[in-house]
Amino acid sequence: MLEALIWIIRRDLTIAMRRRADIFTTLIFFVIVVSLFPLGIGPELDTLRLIAPGVVWVGALLASMLALEQIFSADHRDGTLEQMLLTPQPVSLLVVGKVLAHWLVTGLPLVVMAPLLGLQYDLSWPGLQALVLSLLLGTPALSLIGAIGAALTLGLRSGGVLLALLVLPLYIPVLIFGAGAVEATVSGLGGQSHLAMLAAILVGSLVLAPVATAAALRVAED
Amino acid sequence: MAEFFHMGGYGLYVWGSFGVTAICMIAEPLLLRGRSRGIRKRIARIARSEQGAHQ
Amino acid sequence: MSPRSVHWFKFSSPSTFYPVAGKISTVSAVIAVVLIAVGLYMSFFVAPTDYKQGEGYRIIFVHVPASWMSMFIYVVMAGWAAIGLVFNTRLSAMMAQALAPTGAMFAFLSLWTGSFWGKPMWGTWWVWDARITAELILLFLYLGYMALRSSIDDPRRGDRASAILLLVGVVNIPIIYYSVQWWNTLHQGATIKMGEQSSMDETMLITMLVMTFAFWAYAIAVTMARVRTVILERERTTTWVRELAMGER
Repeated sequence: MLEALIWIIRRDLTIAMRRRADIFTTLIFFVIVVSLFPLGIGPELDTLRLIAPGVVWVGALLASMLALEQIFSADHRDGTLEQMLLTPQPVSLLVVGKVLAHWLVTGLPLVVMAPLLGLQYDLSWPGLQALVLSLLLGTPALSLIGAIGAALTLGLRSGGVLLALLVLPLYIPVLIFGAGAVEATVSGLGGQSHLAMLAAILVGSLVLAPVATAAALRVAED
Repeated sequence: MAEFFHMGGYGLYVWGSFGVTAICMIAEPLLLRGRSRGIRKRIARIARSEQGAHQ
Repeated sequence: MSPRSVHWFKFSSPSTFYPVAGKISTVSAVIAVVLIAVGLYMSFFVAPTDYKQGEGYRIIFVHVPASWMSMFIYVVMAGWAAIGLVFNTRLSAMMAQALAPTGAMFAFLSLWTGSFWGKPMWGTWWVWDARITAELILLFLYLGYMALRSSIDDPRRGDRASAILLLVGVVNIPIIYYSVQWWNTLHQGATIKMGEQSSMDETMLITMLVMTFAFWAYAIAVTMARVRTVILERERTTTWVRELAMGER
């Protein structure tokens, strides 16, 4: 079982490495969105510090949502996915592997990039730490939940916009606790409870989301 | 009568709420009836034309 | 299989259910009209003026039932979705499909009337109160379901995909609600205090219940009427639908 998991992750990573432009698109989108806010709101550092957690988190959320479509679409188009569903391995395991690979390629760069953007907003050192930690816990959960939407909208005409409509409401708890963790840390209240909730959401979505995604994939490939 | 519609100063809010609720709950069945009629007509038309083609 | 279950599954065939739905719809419509008339009369002439909120409080007679219905309908839809996935009955998916627009309408009405209540009571049309925010998210969930439903052409895939979405949604609703509440209590400064709840008069409570049952009957009537059109649309190539449509002229 573990072998199959590692195999699928390696396979997806190799494919992703061949199309490196996709990775950068997500990352650049994130940077641009977050950099737009000061231009819209004004350069006062006090205001920026206040909105930093929310802005960086919403930016990361939108960026990871944009990347969702790629999780299954290529394998769906060339028929690989159909083959994969026929293998004896449980489909949810396959989903975990694919989502993990997808997160390593699109989610992890966001986490690495976030502190730099935090500096643009003059976030304090503990705030930056909380930001990285919350994104580290939160973005995999976003990928897992988003995979359900990606599987449901596989091959549909209005895929992209529809995916956003389905997935964004489900992202709300992650956003609340993620941005909340940074905010609580900055204000000196301590973000531990928020981070604990994020971890709980991550574990919950790791258990439940692959099952739903697997069911949705079977429906889509039927 | 005017006093009733005035609602102790809350007229706009009370009638804004009840009014829109009434509009929605009247419009929905009407739209539904229109849709239902349209479907029936369409099905009947198709069925008749196919019957005609068979004869 | 027991004889009883055979009996029940008989009704899960769209052709048998079609006339049954028509009867239920008519009866519920009559009940709804009567209850709404009674409820409106009670709302405006029987229920006393609230000593704190004046006449403005009468909005809750539509607001609270609409909110309840919007939540209840989503759960019922998820229930039908689960039945549809487990027993593979087409009718269950059609029921979920027929409920959605009415549920979304009630969610919208809940927000609309809530904001008409909030303006005089809180001084603003929109407050990021936990319950209002959660209701807004519920409306988004309805819209997502309907959008997914309408963008899948293959009815079988549509049934099952939207059923999965409903189940995912219903699992998430408590989490969303809890997180929104947490978020709200942490940002107390920004929100306006509700003030002490004025105790509810008995006639007010009864009026609210009458309106709730009225909305309930309305929802059943409309849903049953809509499930009939859904059945016709989806079974349009079958002989029984054709005969029905031909015979009606």
